[in-house]
Formats: sequence, C-alpha cells, structure tokens
Amino acid sequence: MITNQTTKLIRGGRILDPASGRDGIFDLLIQNGQIARIDPQIAPPPGAEIIDATGLLVVPGLVDIHTHLREPGYEYKETILTGSQAAAAGGFTSLACMANTDPPNDNSSVTEFIRERAQKAGLVNIYPVGAVSKGLKGESLAEIGSMVASGIVAVSDDGNPVMNSGLMRNALEYTQIFDIPVISHCEDLGLSQGGQVNEGLASLRTGLAGIPAEAEVSMVVRDLLLARLTGGKLHLAHISTARSVDAIRAAKAQGLKVTAETAPHYFTLTEEAVLSFDTNAKVNPPLRSAADREAVRNGLRDGTIDCIASDHAPHSLVEKDLEFTQASSGTVGLETTLPLTLKLVQEGLLSLSQAIALLSINPARILNLKKGSLSIGADADITVIDPGRKLTVDPEKFRSRGRNTAFPGLQLQGRAAITLIRGEITFRE
Amino acid sequence: MTLKSRHLLGLERLTRAEIEYFLDTAGSLKEISSRDIKKVPTLRGKTVINLFFEASTRTRTSFEIAAKRLSADTINFSASTSSVTKGETLIDTAKNIEAMRPDLVVIRHPASGAPELLTHWLDLPIINAGDGSHEHPTQGLLDLFTVREKKGKIDGLTLTIIGDITHSRVARSDIYGFQKMGARVRVCGPPTLIPPGIESLGVQKFTRLEPALEGADVVMALRIQLERLAAPPFPSLREYSRLFGINLERLRLLKPGSIIMHPGPINRGVEISPEVAYSSSSVILDQVENGVAVRMAVLYLLSGRSVDAQ
Repeated sequence: MITNQTTKLIRGGRILDPASGRDGIFDLLIQNGQIARIDPQIAPPPGAEIIDATGLLVVPGLVDIHTHLREPGYEYKETILTGSQAAAAGGFTSLACMANTDPPNDNSSVTEFIRERAQKAGLVNIYPVGAVSKGLKGESLAEIGSMVASGIVAVSDDGNPVMNSGLMRNALEYTQIFDIPVISHCEDLGLSQGGQVNEGLASLRTGLAGIPAEAEVSMVVRDLLLARLTGGKLHLAHISTARSVDAIRAAKAQGLKVTAETAPHYFTLTEEAVLSFDTNAKVNPPLRSAADREAVRNGLRDGTIDCIASDHAPHSLVEKDLEFTQASSGTVGLETTLPLTLKLVQEGLLSLSQAIALLSINPARILNLKKGSLSIGADADITVIDPGRKLTVDPEKFRSRGRNTAFPGLQLQGRAAITLIRGEITFRE
Repeated sequence: MTLKSRHLLGLERLTRAEIEYFLDTAGSLKEISSRDIKKVPTLRGKTVINLFFEASTRTRTSFEIAAKRLSADTINFSASTSSVTKGETLIDTAKNIEAMRPDLVVIRHPASGAPELLTHWLDLPIINAGDGSHEHPTQGLLDLFTVREKKGKIDGLTLTIIGDITHSRVARSDIYGFQKMGARVRVCGPPTLIPPGIESLGVQKFTRLEPALEGADVVMALRIQLERLAAPPFPSLREYSRLFGINLERLRLLKPGSIIMHPGPINRGVEISPEVAYSSSSVILDQVENGVAVRMAVLYLLSGRSVDAQ
C-alpha cells in the first residue's frame, strides 16, 4: 500500500478535467495523496516537490475497464506486476481485470489473491471483475455476493459469452442487489464457432472460416432486451460492428440505461490487417469492415459508445508464432491505448475533452468508482500527458510480457509522461 | 522476364504476365515426360523438400515426379511420420529442415496461411501446394494450362465452378487465375457453400445448375470435401447429387466442345457421374498429366536458376 506524506506541486500544465469542465493553465497541489488545491498560481509550500508541467496536459488518471492480467495461472503471458507496469507506462491509474484466469475468478479467494498481488505491485488501482458463472461455464451463477464483499466491481464471463439467456437474465437481476454491472461478451457461438476472421472480405480472401457481424449483433440485441426486462445494469464489451452501434443507440434513445465500450483496434484497423495472416491481428471479435470501423468511430463521437477499453490480452510467442487457425486471439493494448485515442483527436473525430472522458470519468462511472475526476479532496490519481511526443510502437520496449501488438511500427503522437496514484509517481518517462 | 516474388503462395498475387511465364515454361518442359529417358539435369544437386501436413496422393506424387524429372533430390516429409506428432510446431519443424540446407520447400497444410508463415521464418523459396481453404496455385496453373491446351486460348471463355466454393482452395486459385487471363468465372452451388460477398471477386453467382451451365466453355466440378465439413450444410449427398451433380443428361446442356474438369479425387456419382468423368468431354486425366509439367516449371523458375528477384 502506498502511503505518501510528501507534497507535490504540478506547475503550469493545462489541466483538463471533463467531469468538472475545467480546462486551462493551473497549478495543482497534492498533499497527503489527495488533490488539495487547483488554482492559477500556487506558491510552493516548504519542501514541496515541483513537477514542471509546462506544455503538458494534466488529466484525471486514466481508467481501463477491460484488461486481462493473466494471473493466476498464465504468469508466462503476464503477471499482475508486469501488467501494472504496463498500465502505469500507458497512463492508467485504475483498471478492471477479467475473470478468465486459471483458476477463474469465480470465488472470493481468487478475488482476494488478485487484490493482494495488486497491492503488492502498488502501481495501479486494480479492480477485479468476477465471473458470472461458476467456472465460466455458463451454467450456474458464481457466488457473486461473496466476491463483491472481497472487492469485485462487475461480473463477466468475458472470453466466453453467456449463451444461456435464462442465466443472463438471472445475472442481470441478481446483480441489482449490489448495483454492479454485468459486462457482456456478445458472441453467438452457433454463428461464430470455428471462425477465425470477419466474414466478408477477410474470410473470402484468406479462406479462413468467417465470423459474421451478426454473431455479435444478435447477442447485443438479446442483452438489450434482457436489460429492459430486468432493469439490470448492462455493459457491452468490445463493440465492433455497425449494427451493434445502431442497436445501442436506439436503446439509449428509448431511455434504457446501458453502457458500451470499444477498443482501439476496432476504431483503428479493419479486416485488411489479417489478409497477410498476421496472428497479432487475430482478435475476438475479429477486425471488421471499413464500414463497421466508421460506425464505431461515429458511436464514440456521439456518445453511443461510452468508453474506450484496451482489452489488453497478452500472449506469449507460444500462442502467436503459429498457423493462424492455431493462434490465440488478442492484442496487448495498455501501452498503446492512450496514443491511439489521441489519434482520434488529431484526426478531428473527437475533442480532447471527449477523448479524455472516454478514458477516465466515463469508465469510472460505469464501475461506480470514485475516480476519473480532478476534484479537490479526491485521490491524486493523475496522468500527465506529453501531447507532442512522437513515438513508434516497438513491442521490444513494452513493460508488458506480451509482445503481441496489432500495431507494430505504427507512428503515433502523444503519450503519458508521468503517472501518479495517490500522489505517488508510478511512471515517469 | 523476372518474377516479383521468390515464392509461389497464390495466384491472387501474380500478374497475367507472370502466369503466362509459368504456363509457357510448362509448355516447353512438357515434352520431357514423353521421352524415353524422362530426365534432364536442370536441377541436379538441388534438394526439394515436400512438407505435407495433410493427406495427398496426387499433388505430392506430382511434385515428386516433377522434381525427379529435373534431377533434383526430393525428400518427402509427411505429418503422420514426423515429430509433428510429438508436438513440434510448424516453425520449429521448418527451421530444423532448413538447417539441412534444402533449396526449395513445397508445403501442403490444412491451415490457410501456413506457407506465408514459413516465408517469414525461412530463407528459402516456398511453394504452396494447397493451404486450408485459401489457395492451391499449382492446381490453378495446371487448370489454366489444360484449358489453354484444349481450347487454344483462355481469353473470353466462360468457366463455371460447381460445388463447395467456401472451403475450396482450388476455387479461389481458379477464380483469380482465370479472371487474370481474361475469362469470365461463374460459381454455382448451394448457398450454404458459397461465401458471402463472392461477387466482390468479380464472379457471377448461381444457385441452380442449369443456368450456370448455359453457355459455359469449361465446367469445373469440385469435390465435396466431407472431411472439411463437420456438419454438411446440405441435407444429403443424394440430394446434392440430384441438384448439382454433372451427369450425361446435364452434359447435353453444354454447348459443343465444352470441357469438363475436376481437381480430383472424384466422389463417383456425387459431383460427377463415372460416365461423364470418362467421357470425351472430360479432361480430368489431362489435368493430372499437365500437373507434372506445370510443377516442373514452378520448381525450375523458383529454383534460383532463372529468377533475378530477391
């Protein structure tokens, strides 16, 4: 546990806090791990550590609602420590980690183990996501109440869909006791089974089995219906298709309280990336058509999609240096999500404030976390961004154990320069 | 003439001129197989590895004969007798074989893209002998060669491919190859076996046989690959044959001089009746014969003896 009595003054940066609407050049004073003051000019108290943020952007610590840290069970892919290092380097101060570990996080002892490891690493606030079903098998509810008592903030069988509609209904009803969301991995296995790439251009050209957009859309629609039926809190993970975005937009217009996320690969890449059989571009759901990518981008712009998640899915070479059909799905993302999101600002799709909200206050609200805002008295979880910094994605420089990025060699601009949680520096470039 | 790539991964990436280069070279090598002594010293001292991760009789034998007629040494590696059964990965197997210093690798693999994967790991010319449902470029070339030989040209002809298009690497290579050479391509089969969006490749789609046969110069019947179909997306082989099988009655729908092809092995009485397979319209055995000449051309042109590129 980080305990910090030091005083820090972040000076002269552009403070951008979408939650309060504050945007301007301010000094920010940190005392006792909390934000003490934000004012145009603050005289440094005696002994204060000064951080010069001139020309830099000071934003709420970023929150990633969807990661895979692989521990326990797959420590050769990633550990809670290496995942935390990657998160800090990527500007994240809080993250939620999915339950598909081995053993899965379907009981409170695994939840407690994850929390202990997270505290020992001490680099990022880690909020475990519990399984919906025992063993992620989609048969019967896991002990959600016990896991909530140990610290889970949501439930999800992510990696697998909850195919049984009755079980999904029960999850959306039962979780109302605790007011936590059910995060749905939308995939109809009957339509996707054996599939490797998007059905369309990619399956046609490669001969690899296709996964139609409808495998996602049909489950998005089912879950929207179940959310309406139950009044439960539904969050839709990694939205990748145009018709999913349409369905969510329509549901929100009718007043349904549903939230959704997408990941940088779905707003950056298309199925063209798999035409060379590059296994690092093998993700689930698969990279889609150019029209789908456009719709996802529009969904981010108009607020249909509430937040951006990395869906950080580290794998080792053992799972990726293989025939496409044998390779595991997933790309790492913790260290590229911020610059890829800033690219949307550079391209004129989003305002800077929108982009930061998608990575901070919005995901924090979905998970009911008191995070994602630079308010007085809040934990000093802060990301200082150098918006002009140019970088080339180089897997060899990742803190993550996973080298499996779908973006190797991509030139980007803007990254975290300093990351702090509770006033303590967890990353400094 | 030089080839852009040192590999042959698919016809999608070849230009018309490159395809013609392979076909013309095959044309000049075909005569060797009718000699009394069927051997030339062209590839003497070269080693060709046949890496076959999937059952194959025709293609493997054809590559082996082609290599031997050019005096290359050939080694056949098949998955069932190899360390693959001990859990070795494709890359590790291939790196080990590369260490034995072969000159060319021919690979057949059940996964689409496996030959391309090898090009990233081996510093050797890679020849795709069929990868998953992706491409089978030497089959495409031998089909083109056979049509050109029988019809005197490819430009302006209409080719109808019948059967399981979705899972067919032959269909993909033929679609690319025949279109590049100026032919029109139709595909025909149950909609459950035609990939969505096939029209974007420039082909015409039919779900009934009769209109697909009308006016066709070349008919390619594909094998129903039961081994690739966990649950066949049609009710029965009997019904398939009734709707899409080429029999003598349907042969009469074709214009005179049309030819029937099949990449083999045939399922007698399913996609093609035995009477048709051995009729005067059938060029199925010519395809097999020409396969040797085409593979000799591919081995020769990719052996480094004549390719300047890379």
